[in-house]
Amino acid sequence: MIELIKELCAVPGVSSFEDEIRARIEREIRPHASDVRTDAVGNLIAFKRGAKRADHPLMITAHMDEVGFIVKKIDDKGFVRFAPVGGIDRRTVIGKKVLIGKHRIPGAIGLRAYHLVSAKEEKIVPDIADMYIDIGAADQKQAQSLVSIGDEIVFDSDFVEFGDGMIKAKALDDRIGCAAMIHLIQKELPIDCAFVFTAQEETGARGAFGATFSIRPRIALVLEGTTAADVPSVKGHRRVTCAGEGPVLGVMDRGAIYDRDLFERLRHLADNRGIPWQTKRFIAGGTDAQAIQTTAGGVQVAAISVPVRYIHTSSSVASIRDCHHMVELAEAFIHSVAEDPGAKSE
Amino acid sequence: MELLKTLQELNACFGPSGEEKEIRECIRRIAPGRIDEVRVDALGNLILRRKGSGPKVLFAAHMDSIGLIVTHIEKEGFLRFGNIGGLVAENILHATVRFKNGVRGTIVPDQSADRTKLSLNDLYVDIGAESEQQASSLIRIGDTAVYDAPANLAGGRIISPYLDNRISCIALLWAMEQIGESANDLYFVFTVQEEPGLRGAKPAAFEIDPDYGIVCDVTPAGDQPGSKHYGSSSLGGGAAIKVMDTSVICHPDMVDRLRALAEAGSIPYQNDVIVRGGTDAGPIHTTRGGVQTGGISVPCRYIHTPQEMADAEDVTHCASLMAAFAMSRLPARS
Repeated sequence: MIELIKELCAVPGVSSFEDEIRARIEREIRPHASDVRTDAVGNLIAFKRGAKRADHPLMITAHMDEVGFIVKKIDDKGFVRFAPVGGIDRRTVIGKKVLIGKHRIPGAIGLRAYHLVSAKEEKIVPDIADMYIDIGAADQKQAQSLVSIGDEIVFDSDFVEFGDGMIKAKALDDRIGCAAMIHLIQKELPIDCAFVFTAQEETGARGAFGATFSIRPRIALVLEGTTAADVPSVKGHRRVTCAGEGPVLGVMDRGAIYDRDLFERLRHLADNRGIPWQTKRFIAGGTDAQAIQTTAGGVQVAAISVPVRYIHTSSSVASIRDCHHMVELAEAFIHSVAEDPGAKSE
Repeated sequence: MELLKTLQELNACFGPSGEEKEIRECIRRIAPGRIDEVRVDALGNLILRRKGSGPKVLFAAHMDSIGLIVTHIEKEGFLRFGNIGGLVAENILHATVRFKNGVRGTIVPDQSADRTKLSLNDLYVDIGAESEQQASSLIRIGDTAVYDAPANLAGGRIISPYLDNRISCIALLWAMEQIGESANDLYFVFTVQEEPGLRGAKPAAFEIDPDYGIVCDVTPAGDQPGSKHYGSSSLGGGAAIKVMDTSVICHPDMVDRLRALAEAGSIPYQNDVIVRGGTDAGPIHTTRGGVQTGGISVPCRYIHTPQEMADAEDVTHCASLMAAFAMSRLPARS
C-alpha cells in the first residue's frame, strides 16, 4: 500500500485538473470493478458487485484532487503570477519547487531580493499576489511559449519514508484515501459498493454532490486526510489530531455532523479489533460528507481520516500505521454494513 | 395543548443538532389532528402528512437545538468543547449544561483568559470530576450537552432555553390542532440540523417536492435596549411575516398571500426583515425547480442564550396564520 501511495502522490491533480490522476487510478481499478465511468464533473465512479445485492449501494469516497495554484498572469519580464487553488497557507509556499501545466514546466516560487526588504517588511508574510514563479524565461515571449494563463501549478516534491514509520510527500491529502479505496476494491466484497474518487473537494466539496445524486446511496463512508497538530508548541486541546495515534473517526466538523449511529459503530468496530482511533479535538475543516449528507433525500455519512501534519503543503507527513489502520477499519465497516445496514429512515 | 407544560416537555428532551431522536419521538407522540402518514428520513427529519388532492404544502419547523460537543478531556478532568450551532462565549459563561446521560456541568472561563476577548477555546466544562480517568468514565469525546435551564412564564411572556426553536414546534403543533377542512396535501416537517447550517430541510424538501413552503422559526426581535435593529420585529407585535433573511427573499406572492390571510382572519401580524441569520426557508425555496416559500416567525429576544424570551400571544397568532394558510385555496403549480 505504501508503494501505491508513493505512486499516486507523484501524479499531479490540482482541483479540476484531475485527468492524469484519474487515468492513473482507473488503470489500477478497472480489472477489479464491474463498471467504471467518469461523470460530467470528473468524478471517477467504480461499481463493484458484492455477495449481497443492495438497492442502494454503499458509497465509499476519497477525493483525488489536491491543492495547488493556477497561472493568473505572465508579466512583461516573463515571471508567472499565480493564485491558490484550495486552502494554502501562504507562509509555506515561498521558495518551493513547482511544475506548471501539462508539459510540467519547472519553476521556483520567488520573492523580491532579501537585501531590498525593509525591517518592517521582513516581519510581514507577503501576499501570494506579491510572489511570482520564476521559470527561467528570458522574456515574456519565451514565457508565453512555455506556459499559458489558466495552467495548473502543482508542488514538485518527492516521496520519503523516514523516521518511525512516517512518510512525507505532497498530496497525502487525499491520495492515502485513494490508495485505501484501490486496496478495498480488489477484495471480495460482502455487499454492492460504489467507489467514488471525487473531483474538486479542495475547492469546496463540489464534485461529491453530482456523484451522490446519481448513485443515491443510503450510507456513505468518506476516507480522508485531516490536519494534525502534534508538533512543538501546540499543547493539550489545541492538538487537533496526532499522527500515529490511529485514524480519526468523524464526529463533527465545520461541514457536517456525522451520523451518530455510524460513528458509534466505527468506534465499536475499532475497539473490538484493537485498532487505535481518535477524534478531532477542534471543530474545524470539512470533508465531502458535507455535500453527500444533504444530497437528494439525504444520506447517512461516516468518515475515517488519517492525520496529516503540514497538510496542504509540499511536504505533508503521515504515519504508515495510521494508513493501514484506516484500511482495516474501512473493511470492517463494509462487512458490518452488509450484515446490518442500520438504516435510520422508516 | 398548554403552552408552558408542552414547552417543558419538549425542553426535557435531548436534541442538539445531529441527535434529535428524543425530541423527534416526543413530537411524534404528541402531534395532534389528522395524520395519514408518518415518515423519518435518512437524516432524521420527522415528516407527518395529512393527505389531500390539492397542491402540496410543506410546513417546516426545526426541532434541533444548539449545543456543545466535547473535543478533549484535560488531565485534571475538565472538558474542552466545540460549538454545535451559534454559541457565543460571553452568552454562556457559568451556564449549567446537561449531557444525554444526565451528567451536569458548568461552563467556566480559564482564569488566565482575557475576559474582554473570550472565545470558546478559553472555556471548559467542569463536571466535578477529580481526574481525567473519572471524567472519562462519565463522558466520552464526542458526547454533547445542552443548556439545563428552566422555562417560566413572566407575565404574558415566556423565558426559556431553546425557544429557538421549540416555541415554533409548538406553534406548528397548535396549527395542526386547528386545521379543519382543507383540500391541500399537507406535510408537517420537524427538521434536523438547522442550527449548524440549514442542513436537514434540504433533503426533506427534495423528497416531498412541494408546491409551497412555509417555515416557522424564531426571528431576532429589534426591540431591546441598544438594539442595532438587525431584526424589524417586536415582541407582542403579532405573527412576523417574513420578507427577507440572509437565506431567502420570500416570493412576493407568498408575502401578499400571508398578509391577506392575516387581514381576513383579524390575526395581528408584522413584517419581518432580518439582516443576520438564515432559516430553513433558504434550502427549501431553492429545491429542485424552486418552491414558493414564505415564513411565519415568532419574535424572540436573547436568541441562543440559556434564557430566551418570546410573547405567548405571538405564538398563538403564528399558529392561527399557519392554520389559515393550510386551509386556504391555493393555485396549482404553474
